[in-house]
Amino acid sequence: MAKVEALAGLRLTPEEREQLRADLAKILAYFQKLQEVNTEGVTPFSPLPGQTNALREDEPGPSLPQEEALRNAPESEGGYFRVPPLFSA
Amino acid sequence: MDVVIGLEIHVQLLTRTKLFCSCRADYFAAPPNTLTCPVCLGLPGALPVLNKKAVELALRVALALGAEVQEVSQFDRKNYFYPDLPKGYQITQRAVPLARGGALTFRLAGQERTVRVRELHLEEDAGKLIHTERGTLIDFNRCGVPLVEIVTEPDLRSPQEAREFLRALRTLLRHLRVSTADMEKGELRCDANISVSVDGRPGTKTEIKNLNSFKAVERALQAAAEHQRALLSRGERVEQVTFGWDEGREELLLQRTKEEAHDYRYFPDPDLVPLVVDAMWLAQVQAAMPEPPWEREARWIRAFGLNPSEAEALLVDPVRADYFEEVARAVPNPKAAAGWVLAELGQYWTGDEPPLPAADLVALIRAVEEGRITRPQAKEILEKAVLERTSVPVLLSAAGGVVRDEEALRALAEEVLRENPQAVADYRAGRTQALGFLVGQALRKAQGRADPKRLAHVLQTLLSGG
Ligand SMILES: [Zn+2]
Repeated sequence: MAKVEALAGLRLTPEEREQLRADLAKILAYFQKLQEVNTEGVTPFSPLPGQTNALREDEPGPSLPQEEALRNAPESEGGYFRVPPLFSA
Repeated sequence: MDVVIGLEIHVQLLTRTKLFCSCRADYFAAPPNTLTCPVCLGLPGALPVLNKKAVELALRVALALGAEVQEVSQFDRKNYFYPDLPKGYQITQRAVPLARGGALTFRLAGQERTVRVRELHLEEDAGKLIHTERGTLIDFNRCGVPLVEIVTEPDLRSPQEAREFLRALRTLLRHLRVSTADMEKGELRCDANISVSVDGRPGTKTEIKNLNSFKAVERALQAAAEHQRALLSRGERVEQVTFGWDEGREELLLQRTKEEAHDYRYFPDPDLVPLVVDAMWLAQVQAAMPEPPWEREARWIRAFGLNPSEAEALLVDPVRADYFEEVARAVPNPKAAAGWVLAELGQYWTGDEPPLPAADLVALIRAVEEGRITRPQAKEILEKAVLERTSVPVLLSAAGGVVRDEEALRALAEEVLRENPQAVADYRAGRTQALGFLVGQALRKAQGRADPKRLAHVLQTLLSGG
């Protein structure tokens, strides 16, 4: 649980942690069910069966204006997104 | 003690747009966050669509390296949390890469060496981070730019060999016109792993990330080899660690362990359908493939009588190679052209573009070969032509007294017309007195050594579209 928290960058209270642990256990149980399906001879993965090569020509299209790109950012500075320092000295 | 080195090389592909969206990929001088869209910002609901050109450029590299292109490849998500990646994952090819196998042969101190390629795959680049005291600033312009990653087998046996391999690879990439592959600009990036083995027993791999110059590749690998040797000779164990490289101080930097983050939880990207490269598509890519440098080299040695070191020097930059080819075809002695391009013109060739039009160098070499001017005279003319931007035929005629040569007069007139668009427009608008001004300019260029009447005639002919 601590590892999942670290990976997701979350800081949980003990109550939240317990709640999530219970939820995740339930979800894992659902997926456990999938393990019982016989997948002998089935292609491991295919997002849209039969479909391949959805390709695009190398033609530039419009990008978002800078203000628009930064609009949802909690913090920005001089056209950049800003997040808390990654490396504490 | 033996050194074993393998490289992972990231190459930015020369597409106009990003790998999965139509944002422009030429982020180099763009203001921050002006080349983004919902796809490359990872906004909810945005769907990636693969850039066909990126696939074709990567296929070019695969074919040139003799790799086996996988008929069906797929894209996977590499999950990690880091602010340079807004989606929380990078789209890459893990389970089935675009191509497997292949090799690149290069020369080191006259010896041929071959390094095998393990695999080659497409992936997207991440954004750029700037670390400041107030926080980390992020520019996502580079995010989603197409990369091809080339992974070698651990076939390299010294840091020097690694550097030369990388140089040879850069030459290939430039000739294939798939990348400008400038390491200083980050268009070619290299991670290396190295292990020092004792008495044939395999050692422990140390990884060095983000080597951004040929010198850094060689020095960092030397330092890592030294480090391992020192540990081993003290009877200590080599830890499996990752280093960065401080280019200024020439020091290995131990990177903080992100142990838990190394679980990338790869899985196929459900937004992207499999990529199928059939024989017909491959044949099209093969047909559009520029001549690889080794074929060019062999042809030059055979047809022009160059020696391998001359050929190699000319091949470093495809612009120079094309330039040489153009000159060599037009002069009586192609081998002499190599000397002119490398030595005489080479000293002025500092930018990307040639400092003198190829036709001008041809005129100069011809004049020397035909005995019309001496070699020292030719060098003087070359200097003048490059530094004062005067055309060689004009200088050649001036060197011989009055400019009589029709070709030289024409070159001179063309130059004057190019440099005085306003006077040309005036003349064409009916203000014929502009001709007098143009003749005056041309006379000044020829330093008075041309007949004004003939100059006026040539200018008039050119102005009326002759
Ligand atoms: Zn985009």
